[in-house]
Amino acid sequence: MSHLPTRVPDVESESRLADIRRKAAQQEPMNGGVIPLGAPFPPPQVTKGYYEIPLLKEPQWTNEIPLYFFVGGAAGAAAVVASAASIMNGDPDLVRSARWVAALGGLLSPPLLISDLGMPSRFLNMLRVFKVQSPMSVGAWTLMAFSTFSAASVFTNLMRRKLGNSTPVALIENAAGMLAAASGLVMASYTGVLVGATVIPVWNKHVGSLPMHFAASGLNSAVSILELMNHDDSRALNILGLAASGYEIAEGALIELDRDRTNRPLQHGRSGFFVRLGGLLSGPVPFTLRIAYALTGNKKLRRAAALSSLAGSLLTRFGWVEAGKASARDYQIPLSRAQS
Amino acid sequence: MSTDTTAFLTDSTLCIGCKACEVACKEWNQLPDDGFKWSGNSYDNTGALGHSTWRHVKFVEGTPEAGIGGNSGEQLPAWSFSSDVCKHCEIAGCLDACPTGAIVRMEFGAVYIQPDVCNGCSYCVVSCPFGVVQRNVDDGRAFKCTFCSDRQRAGLEPACAKACPTESIKFGKLDELTAEAESRLQALKARGIHDAVIYNPTETSVGGIHSLFLLRGDPSSFNLPPQPEAPVIYMKKGWTSAAIAAGSMLALALMSFMGARR
Repeated sequence: MSHLPTRVPDVESESRLADIRRKAAQQEPMNGGVIPLGAPFPPPQVTKGYYEIPLLKEPQWTNEIPLYFFVGGAAGAAAVVASAASIMNGDPDLVRSARWVAALGGLLSPPLLISDLGMPSRFLNMLRVFKVQSPMSVGAWTLMAFSTFSAASVFTNLMRRKLGNSTPVALIENAAGMLAAASGLVMASYTGVLVGATVIPVWNKHVGSLPMHFAASGLNSAVSILELMNHDDSRALNILGLAASGYEIAEGALIELDRDRTNRPLQHGRSGFFVRLGGLLSGPVPFTLRIAYALTGNKKLRRAAALSSLAGSLLTRFGWVEAGKASARDYQIPLSRAQS
Repeated sequence: MSTDTTAFLTDSTLCIGCKACEVACKEWNQLPDDGFKWSGNSYDNTGALGHSTWRHVKFVEGTPEAGIGGNSGEQLPAWSFSSDVCKHCEIAGCLDACPTGAIVRMEFGAVYIQPDVCNGCSYCVVSCPFGVVQRNVDDGRAFKCTFCSDRQRAGLEPACAKACPTESIKFGKLDELTAEAESRLQALKARGIHDAVIYNPTETSVGGIHSLFLLRGDPSSFNLPPQPEAPVIYMKKGWTSAAIAAGSMLALALMSFMGARR
């Protein structure tokens, strides 16, 4: 069993450890009046902690991870839009574009995830087990399913367009599209569980809203990408964009109103700047622009809303990952938690 | 928990701050150095546990009241030391989080990262409520205390316990050490040391640890969290929210395209 620790104790190793022990025991006590043993204990200072050294370790994810949250979320939501439009006999061009967005996102996501790994060559190790208790494992498998089904739906769509319509191929396309949409729903929301179900205070505080927040953000960006692909006369997309940015307004307000110490990284510093700007660009700004578009019919307004939503959605993910890092550096939170 | 479960009892009232455990751990496990930096924090230049530090002696300083515990007359600074180590939790956040199955529970109850399976996703890093696990960015993989699984298999005690000159680090069966900690606590209290406590968060979702600590005062001044929680407690809330998100997104998408058709 090569994976088990293999060092074998021998006479030399054991006498070396005994040597360390002997040397330590012979050490002269420190002079200077410090009483190491049995001295009264200094009063605990939660405000100071242990030399202000953070108790938790900072998240070690690189920038590929928030980028993946953005790409995977948009792709997942695009697959849902594709299937919904297809079921409701929507514009076939819109269905095709949405399938393409989903498939390209599904293709781009694995490289992003892999390049973040400390050992990229071992990505496949994630597929040697399925652990329902690990959101990372659930996510890896969901991504595999999503990439496969979204690529299949695009491939069959392409076949139908190039080789002429055929009922069996259309059936396969729809089935693949449904499966892509089903896994897409998980893709858009699981990343909220992934960061929420951790020990990082600012993340687990929001575990109940992060999946919805990220899903809304994903839907917002999927709609925006499709609008920028010239589907800017679809009323359904504008409604979806309004709903997503409306949700983002509510989420942003809730975050801003809670001035708890745990929320500090969402309101201050670099991470606070990202989260706030992201919230502004994906909530109030596109919401107002979309309303203005609905009233005036000026497509420039709609395109501006789409661009703003995309930027906001991307910033939101970066902001939340940065906030997690800042939160881990706040040594007081895990020490001051009530023992009750 | 089987009767084979082994444990550490780190008795900080016996610790003299010699760091033999740190040295022995580094030597046995052949760990790289920590960068030779002066911290300015008492005599502790190690700082915290990490990928290359699996034992860490904490130096807690303070000026106590005169006349208690042998500190008579002058107001002299006092040290309290404690050797920190991976807690080998009963409900281990890192173990549940690991998507590759690299982190396993060993036959003696230790939580162990198999280095040839770990792919360096670093999800365990954000799942440890004690901040023990860390990814070595040069190597790419996550590392932490192995509980000297190799030595335990050979029937020997871990290197740190073997090197400890004052038996501040005790190694043995978990149930025996739990009882020993209790009797040691009573003995200390009988001697007037009323601030002695056992650190073993059995009441939280961590469900108890295999590295017990006997300390004086508030564990938080040793950077031990008063209420460590395993991420498992957040799963229900998170997945419920994800289900609501998925349901509403689907319904919303269907409704908007249905509405647009009319």
